[in-house]
Amino acid sequence: MLTAPKLDYALLAPMLIILGAALIGVLIEAFAKQAWRARLQLVVALGAIVISFEQLFRVRNQGSSIAAVTSVSIDGTGIFLQGAILIFAFLGILIIADHDNFAPQASALPGSPEEAAAIQAGKQQTEVFPLTLFAVAGMMLFPVATDFITLFVALEVLSLPLYLMAGLSRRRRLLSQEAALKYFLLGAYSSAFFLFGAALLYGYSGTLSLNGLTDAIRGSGGNDVFLLLGIAFLSVGLLFKVGAVPFHSWTPDVYQGAPTPITGFMAAATKAAAFGATLRIFYLGLDSAQTSWKPIIAVIAVITMIVGSIAAISQRDMKRMLAFSSIAHAGFILTAVVSLNQNALSATLFYLLAYGVATIGAFGVITLVRDSAGEVSDVNRWVGLGKKSPLVASVFSLFLLSFAGIPLTSGFVGKFSIFSAAYESGNIYLVVAGVLTSAIAVFFYLRVILMLFFADSTNDSVSVVIPSILTRISISICALITIVLGIAPSLLFDIAQDFAYFLR
Amino acid sequence: MDIANYIYLSALLFTIGAIGVVVRRNAIVVFMCVELMLNAANLAFVTFSRVHGNLSGQVASFFTMVVAACEVVVGLAIIVTIYRSRRSASVDDASLLKR
Repeated sequence: MLTAPKLDYALLAPMLIILGAALIGVLIEAFAKQAWRARLQLVVALGAIVISFEQLFRVRNQGSSIAAVTSVSIDGTGIFLQGAILIFAFLGILIIADHDNFAPQASALPGSPEEAAAIQAGKQQTEVFPLTLFAVAGMMLFPVATDFITLFVALEVLSLPLYLMAGLSRRRRLLSQEAALKYFLLGAYSSAFFLFGAALLYGYSGTLSLNGLTDAIRGSGGNDVFLLLGIAFLSVGLLFKVGAVPFHSWTPDVYQGAPTPITGFMAAATKAAAFGATLRIFYLGLDSAQTSWKPIIAVIAVITMIVGSIAAISQRDMKRMLAFSSIAHAGFILTAVVSLNQNALSATLFYLLAYGVATIGAFGVITLVRDSAGEVSDVNRWVGLGKKSPLVASVFSLFLLSFAGIPLTSGFVGKFSIFSAAYESGNIYLVVAGVLTSAIAVFFYLRVILMLFFADSTNDSVSVVIPSILTRISISICALITIVLGIAPSLLFDIAQDFAYFLR
Repeated sequence: MDIANYIYLSALLFTIGAIGVVVRRNAIVVFMCVELMLNAANLAFVTFSRVHGNLSGQVASFFTMVVAACEVVVGLAIIVTIYRSRRSASVDDASLLKR
């Protein structure tokens, strides 16, 4: 006798609302008038995010539980990361709404009469809103999924829209399309590794759930070859998504080629989702096998920190530089995966939120610096910008100081708590490597800040455009959060500590 | 036949796919190699399902097929777009970002 599965729609509501809004967005594309589309899409997207966030509070008050027949575990870490991803989506969409960054008609050939006609007719790219919402739904599912089917589906639901969004840039379209191609091919390659790893772990334990895997490891019930190979292949897929060395090579190309608002959103939200899933898999599913993966992940963390920090020094492009900085940050967060204690978990939650907000703000500022041909991301042409527009340059410097981990910004608190958790767990060499590479990183962040303020401008073609009201709101909120979390970290830190647990 | 042979075949297909992605130049062929890897994972799922005597693996392979179909849609859209603007689907030609 078969019984219908109980899905607990109330617990899944935050994700279902976002998915529903994405589907409404597709209908708007089909039926709404061109002139109304952009506004409608924006209202639907922002409205869905706000309602979903409100629902998340309701779910939180119900206490954590298992939903959808043990496939989804709505626990503290999951709820916190879902909230963080919704905040990133809200801030990101405010910047994405500036349609000047996107090709009016992505299917038209670059430089063709069709493209010129689309620009002439004032067409706006609005498909990006439903795509963003689909990606957000996948990102929200990824950190709460507790079986390998759900994990794989969530991974693809978050990735596929991002591949397309990377190719939508309005200017330098060949670069943007190339970024989309590289992101797609490498992303599909890594998710195939993830899937094969899942298949091998299924072969080891005979179950697809993380809990079943833990039980099988404790009972040492299967063939260890499958276990070890499975962990290795699964890690390739996860480390690719977080951008850890040696699977980082897509990061600079995609960050540079993708439209800048998309880069900001993707950098912040993908990292939160991917680290959420990584932490759940390693803390919950594989912690009984920690002797087999800990040393390797620790080595990868150190290499990631070193490569990210050193390669960033030689970058001449602002977006590439931030890409390598994001690689270094992935290394810092990986130390928390190795630490395997509750303090590391809460530190990671804090770090992901603080880093994500600063990233969206920093890429938001990059969209504002332009010349007649569009965005200027060449570092040398930013020289002396602090004299032309001190406010924008100061805000950008604030974000860079937060990345560098200078006290009184959110980045310092994040780094400090992650390293102290690593110290507690006895991984002193990770702390040493982290502090040394942070010192290297400070060098290139400070160099940019010095260039902004203390060098004379060499050319006058670069200017800061007056941002639209939405972009202004988004960047201001990001700056505000970065400062407030730096001065009064306990506001968020206490919340993160409450939420730092997994439900078995 | 020994059931282990299916695992060997699946590992072989996965290896062929993984090597193919690295050595082939045409984006379509690279993409086909990725699909081969996904199918190798499917074969492994179904075989393990037989070994363990439960259906989870077979269910997983259905999900993989659906996801692979979605991936084809998105992937071909990207490859066709880049082919139209460059008249080439070679992954070596797409090198503007490597300066």
